[in-house]
Amino acid sequence: MSSDVIIQAIVSGLLMGLVYALVAVGLSLIFGLMEIVNFAHGEFLMLSMFFSFWLWALLGMDPLLSLPIVVLALAVLGFATHYGVIRHVLNAPMLAQICATFGLAIAIRSGAQFLWTPDFRSVQDPLVAGRLEIAGIFIGQPQLVAGLVCFAAFIALWLFVTRTETGLALQATAQDRQAAAVMGIPTDRMFALGWAIGLGCVGVAGAMLSSFYFVFPDVGINFALLAFVAVALGGFGSILGSLVAGVAIGLVESLGGVLISPSYKLLIVFSLYFAVVLVRPMGLFGRY
Amino acid sequence: MSELLLVEGLTKHFGGVTANDGISFDVREGEIIGIIGPNGAGKSTLFDLLTGFQTPDSGSVLLDGHDVTGLRPDRIARMGVGRTFQKLKPFPDLTLVENVMVGALAHTSHVHEARDKALEAIAFVDLLEKRHSFARELSTGQRKRLEMARALATDPRLLLMDEVTGGVDQKTIPGLIELVLALRDKGITILTIEHNMKVMMDVSSRILALQFGKRIAFGKPEKVRNDPHVVDAYLGRADAA
Amino acid sequence: MSKKSNAALEAALAEPVWPAAPPAFTWLGFGVFALLAVYPFIFTGTFSHHLMIMVFLHAIMAQSWNVVAGMSGQISLGHAVFFGLGAYASALLYIKWGITPWIGLLAGMAISALAAAAIGIPTLRLRGHYFAIATLLFGISVQIVFQRWDWVGAASGIFMPIVRDDPWLVLQFHGSKLPYYYLSFGLCVIAFAVVWDLQRRRLGMRLLAVRDEPEAAASLGIDVAWHKVIAFMISGAMMSTAGTFFAQYVLVVDPDRVFNFEISVLALLMVVLGGIGTLWGPALGAAILVPLSEFTRTWFGGTGGTVDLIIYGILILLICIYQPRGLLSIVTERLRRRVDTK
Repeated sequence: MSSDVIIQAIVSGLLMGLVYALVAVGLSLIFGLMEIVNFAHGEFLMLSMFFSFWLWALLGMDPLLSLPIVVLALAVLGFATHYGVIRHVLNAPMLAQICATFGLAIAIRSGAQFLWTPDFRSVQDPLVAGRLEIAGIFIGQPQLVAGLVCFAAFIALWLFVTRTETGLALQATAQDRQAAAVMGIPTDRMFALGWAIGLGCVGVAGAMLSSFYFVFPDVGINFALLAFVAVALGGFGSILGSLVAGVAIGLVESLGGVLISPSYKLLIVFSLYFAVVLVRPMGLFGRY
Repeated sequence: MSELLLVEGLTKHFGGVTANDGISFDVREGEIIGIIGPNGAGKSTLFDLLTGFQTPDSGSVLLDGHDVTGLRPDRIARMGVGRTFQKLKPFPDLTLVENVMVGALAHTSHVHEARDKALEAIAFVDLLEKRHSFARELSTGQRKRLEMARALATDPRLLLMDEVTGGVDQKTIPGLIELVLALRDKGITILTIEHNMKVMMDVSSRILALQFGKRIAFGKPEKVRNDPHVVDAYLGRADAA
Repeated sequence: MSKKSNAALEAALAEPVWPAAPPAFTWLGFGVFALLAVYPFIFTGTFSHHLMIMVFLHAIMAQSWNVVAGMSGQISLGHAVFFGLGAYASALLYIKWGITPWIGLLAGMAISALAAAAIGIPTLRLRGHYFAIATLLFGISVQIVFQRWDWVGAASGIFMPIVRDDPWLVLQFHGSKLPYYYLSFGLCVIAFAVVWDLQRRRLGMRLLAVRDEPEAAASLGIDVAWHKVIAFMISGAMMSTAGTFFAQYVLVVDPDRVFNFEISVLALLMVVLGGIGTLWGPALGAAILVPLSEFTRTWFGGTGGTVDLIIYGILILLICIYQPRGLLSIVTERLRRRVDTK
């Protein structure tokens, strides 16, 4: 096997890993804030891909241009999810919380199947298409743009959380809800904001994916699965953990596909997870 | 009197903090030993080390001559060491009698026998009328009695009680103290962490004083009370407050 | 001790260990049992038989999940593994060596219990969501392996040959669904009897203690790790019986069907709907969800085939918000309040 193939796998794994990382960080942020795992995360990703697709199909807007609209729509969905569902199960047993997001996932996914049928759709002739060739390595341009945009979004999120007052309030709420409330931080609004940002991240990832990935109601499942792995691997609630784990998963998946067998990609990723979590039960950067 | 518990050089670090630093003391059968010290002195860590919830970095714990250092909590419990928790841990979704039955089942697999034994323990802590209430519905004082009854039902030889009188109102305290004395009269040796100094001086046969994880005094209450280290570290400030 | 408190103790000791259910409930129980026993002769249609067979099957699945989550406090999202192992164990034993599915049933239980130990022991240190995610990934990993394992038929699975002789030996019934009905009813009754008995034993009470407060349980001499693993093993074995039955019922075993993640989710949803940690909650959950999905599937069938799932998702959502302890708790809470005011 030539080294070109391996470098090729590394590059595409890295780019896909950045997308996984952004999906995962949304999940991780929400968990860090209120210790709720959003099992409907993949469904929100699917919705954002459909938004992107319909904006292209109906209005002719390229996914790259409609990005802000999709992100905004997902952020609004995040608010709605918090105020409509999550807020009411905040003090319920963990199982009721898990079930609530499962219920949401089932309703959204089957709603999408009902409205749009299980067909595969795709955006034709996106603004960025084709591939670059650099020293014998081919890089899909949409993938490159997706990876870079997701990474930029990740940096923006990082700066927001660590450098702005609101971001610090978010962190304070994540660390100690009661203490934050005593300090005058409106925790309920912070939770809602967490959901808006978490789903906003999904919006960015979904919009970018829609220009080179098929759009269909079950599309979110595999991404969500990898996001769960990333979050458990990186440590629930850790932003940096999501990035490291997301990229690691992208690389392992891509390299495993080339070196071992494409049909065992997921299994290889899971093995990485099991290996890590047996040694570190709270993941790489778990802080509990 | 023989030594029931012999602790030597018990040490535990958490990161850079030394929570317990070479603590040694002995407990004789039938005693009530009081453990005092300011917050963060390492009292609860000491309890966790003695009951197996934490493993010491060095030092040893001998129970009736047997080395129990680093054994799992359930093993130590089965050797006759019971405990209550500072942050109370009743089984919230079980009734009071079921809570205590779980303790009684340590020595019998017959549920009926365990129930009878549980009821006796509950009668001992004087909470019979609440026996069918869920633990989550009980008051703090009642939950403390629950934990005592639950530990009592395991037939312990040594009972470690973390803050018997903490977090309850003044009028509940005498009843709880009476219970501690009644437990001793049943032949159970007792180790208790206590913030209420008056209580401590009255009931303890000996007192172990800790500060910054170190033993600063150990002996009869009068002696410890007048120990300059203790006065400096604990009593002085407690009196002022 | 005073005379008064002595008398109170005597009175308490005279009580039965487990308070008897109100007579109305006992009669209700007998009534339901009798009705289920004659049901196939009242409702004679194939669909009505199929419907109840599915209810029994799902009640077993839910009860199995209830043992691990409701009694030992571990939330597993990988229970489909045991369902699939049960289905494959009996199907493979029969196809490859002609061994009766009755033995297959037991073999599946043993294999599932071992698999449960294999998942349970390494994941003992994982808490809450980490455990849930680990079991989820383990379940999918097993599915992937079976999808690519040629000896077990890979992705297309195993088709059981149709056999018409010795139906009770090969456990295939082609003329009528009646034997399947009573078989699933029997399995369901056994599963519920096992849990009923477990709740009244030392093991069951210790499991509840481990679920509620592991540290307090350890302080009472309970080996927490061992109890978690044993609960997982019992639960896995129980789930496996549902898998074996399913294999004999549909006579096709393939990884997408029997290792489906939805099985794990369904078990969880039924338990939460009915009432976790209760004996009858899983039955109630199955009795509501199965007909709901079967009927809506028939009514909205064809193109709008997902409407049932939309309703289903929203229903789950509403239960979680308004009755997070499950539907059964509406009845039990009211009952307790009545007893208290007496």
